[in-house]
Amino acid sequence: MRGDHLGVGIVSYGVYIPRYRIKVDEIARVWGEVEDVARSLNVYEKAVPDLDEDTATIAVEAARNAISRADLDPRRIGAIYTGSESHPYAVKPTGTIVGEAIGCSHSHTVADMEFACKAGTAAIQACLGLVRSGMIDLGLAIGADVSQGAPGDALEYTAAAGGAAYVVGSKDLIAEIEGTYSFTTDTPDFWRREGMPYPEHGGRFTGEPAYFKHVTSAAKGLMEILGRGPEDYDYAVFHQPNGKFPVRVAAKLGFKKEQIAPGLVVPLIGNTYSGSTLIGLAATLDQAKPGESIFVTSFGSGAGSDAFSIRVTERIDDIRDRAPSVRDYIAIAEYIDYARYAKHKGKLRL
Amino acid sequence: MRAVSIIGVGCTRFGERWDSSLRDLVVETGIAAIEDAGVTGETIDALYVGNMSGGRFVEQEHIGALIADYAGLSSLHIPSTRVEAACASGGLALREAFLAVASGYADIVIAAGVEKMTDVSSGVAADALAAAADREWECFFGATFPALYAMIARLHMRKYGTTREQLAQVAVKNHHHGHMNPIAQYHTEISVEDVMNSPLVADPLRVLDCSPITDGAAAVVLAPSEIASRYSDTPIRILASAQASDSLALHDRRDITTLDSTVHAAKRAFSQARLTPEEIDVAEVHDCFTIGEILAIEDLGFFPKGEGGIATEEGRTSIGGDVAVNTSGGLKACGHPVGATGIKQACEIVLQLRGEAGKRQVDEAEIGLTHNVGGSGGTALVHILSR
Amino acid sequence: MIGTHCKSCGEYYFPPRTLCPNCRRTGQMEEHKFRGTGTVITYTTIYSATEDFERLTPYNLAIIQLDEGPKLTGQVVCSPENMKIGMRVRPVFRILGKEGERGIIYYGTKFAPAEDAP
Repeated sequence: MRGDHLGVGIVSYGVYIPRYRIKVDEIARVWGEVEDVARSLNVYEKAVPDLDEDTATIAVEAARNAISRADLDPRRIGAIYTGSESHPYAVKPTGTIVGEAIGCSHSHTVADMEFACKAGTAAIQACLGLVRSGMIDLGLAIGADVSQGAPGDALEYTAAAGGAAYVVGSKDLIAEIEGTYSFTTDTPDFWRREGMPYPEHGGRFTGEPAYFKHVTSAAKGLMEILGRGPEDYDYAVFHQPNGKFPVRVAAKLGFKKEQIAPGLVVPLIGNTYSGSTLIGLAATLDQAKPGESIFVTSFGSGAGSDAFSIRVTERIDDIRDRAPSVRDYIAIAEYIDYARYAKHKGKLRL
Repeated sequence: MRAVSIIGVGCTRFGERWDSSLRDLVVETGIAAIEDAGVTGETIDALYVGNMSGGRFVEQEHIGALIADYAGLSSLHIPSTRVEAACASGGLALREAFLAVASGYADIVIAAGVEKMTDVSSGVAADALAAAADREWECFFGATFPALYAMIARLHMRKYGTTREQLAQVAVKNHHHGHMNPIAQYHTEISVEDVMNSPLVADPLRVLDCSPITDGAAAVVLAPSEIASRYSDTPIRILASAQASDSLALHDRRDITTLDSTVHAAKRAFSQARLTPEEIDVAEVHDCFTIGEILAIEDLGFFPKGEGGIATEEGRTSIGGDVAVNTSGGLKACGHPVGATGIKQACEIVLQLRGEAGKRQVDEAEIGLTHNVGGSGGTALVHILSR
Repeated sequence: MIGTHCKSCGEYYFPPRTLCPNCRRTGQMEEHKFRGTGTVITYTTIYSATEDFERLTPYNLAIIQLDEGPKLTGQVVCSPENMKIGMRVRPVFRILGKEGERGIIYYGTKFAPAEDAP
């Protein structure tokens, strides 16, 4: 998939990150890990949902922040796509809960999306198409997760909770989406079978043939279409399964550390899966100036990547401070131990 | 309206009655009351039974027919009615029976109350009891009964300076009274420290601030006063029977620290009886939680608003004080089989007015009062009895 | 949070009522969307709960007066030692309950201290 000179883009955005955190060192202590896991992953703590939070509540809070940031009438929203790999129901949409909670009209379409960690960016693409075709006025694209890692599994060190919501439209843009391009193959690097509580993964196989191959292919593909290179962007955001991969893939593509620094939030909140790339983009929008450009590439296991080229407009300065920033959420942190974490995540079967 | 008297009372032992089913309890109390009244089955015109939640506690509804049947009255086909007003079901059964006799519609009427609560886990019991609150707008958000009274207690403490120790004094006094009552669930005396060190249930209320889960039944036999002396040497007159309601949810009340249903039921009762609160010698009030008794003694008019705590601390509600409150041990120590409580209160006052209350007898008790509350105050009943 | 407002007497109601208790049959009710901000009138922390809420203990329950006037009962998500009479609260969207492992999940409003807002 490819698209350029779209004339559509981001009207508003909002994020939500739960207040509880567990330190990666605490998880390592429980499993008797002698290696410095936090350092080797470049992830030091991760966000944990409260006992009464799930993907739907996170999606609603993020959507409310997006609506209030631009003071939008939710009845203008014609489509809600919620991407997650931890929807509360196997059958019954998360998006309907969001639509009702934010006060949408009932004249809108809803579907949930799942594509491991990139379902949120896929949701943005779906909204771009509907807005550009004139079928809807505004589209709401959400990426949110309360991701699961089996006790003691490598994923447990990073699997976190959080989400971001983007309102896509054609007027009053805070950022224009200049182009998008996707690269997709059938690569079983990470999966969760129906009815299973925790995902499985292909170990080292998740790196080169999965993350790096897809992210670089999508990123290069979009830059080629637009005739641009890394030096044409002020910022870059890559999917952040840990703190190492996005740094490495940025270097591989020729982006500098300073370009990815504002959006690299995984060391402090962990991998929020469908929220990961979108929270990284939000953290970048939180500080980008009018006229600056952002290059974004997500990754979802299974596997695929969606790349976006984004240019920030003058309007960003008008609305940026009307909703909490990513840093605002990161600043509110209440630390819990593994026992409390296990209770919050339902790892204790009663 | 005819004058009505109580000619007989009966009450089972309260507590965890492992070996007795709901119907066993009814038979036990019914026989006791009928024997006390000296009436025969053939003379009984009607039966009213207070029961809050047979459906949840023992999965049995239709308690009216059940108790008539197991009291051996099925062949007589008398009308038997279950009444429900949560924890005030017993008091309401008494009032319905009173109205039936006072109106002239019936002569000999039994008012009973029963609850068998210990057959379910404490979580299920708590949930069944919570059904007396607003299910949709209180329980759905996690409210429990102790929580509602805890919120009243916290605001009462803030508004009037009622102390945590004063709340504890209610439990200490009622355990002291209860240990002299043979039917009481608890015969142990407790100290203020015991209360303060018991586990938190809903802050600031602790386990020993709460009435227990109890099995029990009670019954009274009513007759027109003009023929009461045929059955009893010491008939006890019902001088007043009053009932009032209020919003179901605590948050909708005019004042969260006052049970207006109690205030209004009491006003009506004192006006019917042409008496004042100062003339009451002995009272059974609804102390489902310690704060409940503080509210009751204020809202019934025994003490000015906000002074219930200090009055308790000064012993003015103990036996020998201004008004002896909860000589049975109250809901706290005697036990609280919810549907039976309102009737048990009447039994206790009858025993006190007859001078048959043993070690806990209040000297020269002439006039007594019962006060039964449903939920957090959605219903209140006040009865005034006299020798 | 949708409640009602009586155009005759001006009173706001939450939960919604179809009949205005002040005006009864002469009342004119209309839908009103509440802001969800308010003040804690009184509160408790529950340590012993019904079965549906056992996993949440200890949790805070409060009577909250909404800024428009009506009072309601709701949970306040914060540690018990931070609870105070008079504290300002804001609405948060949370799971209110679940019908066991297989049933429906209920969502709705709880409250959080206003000073905790990000």
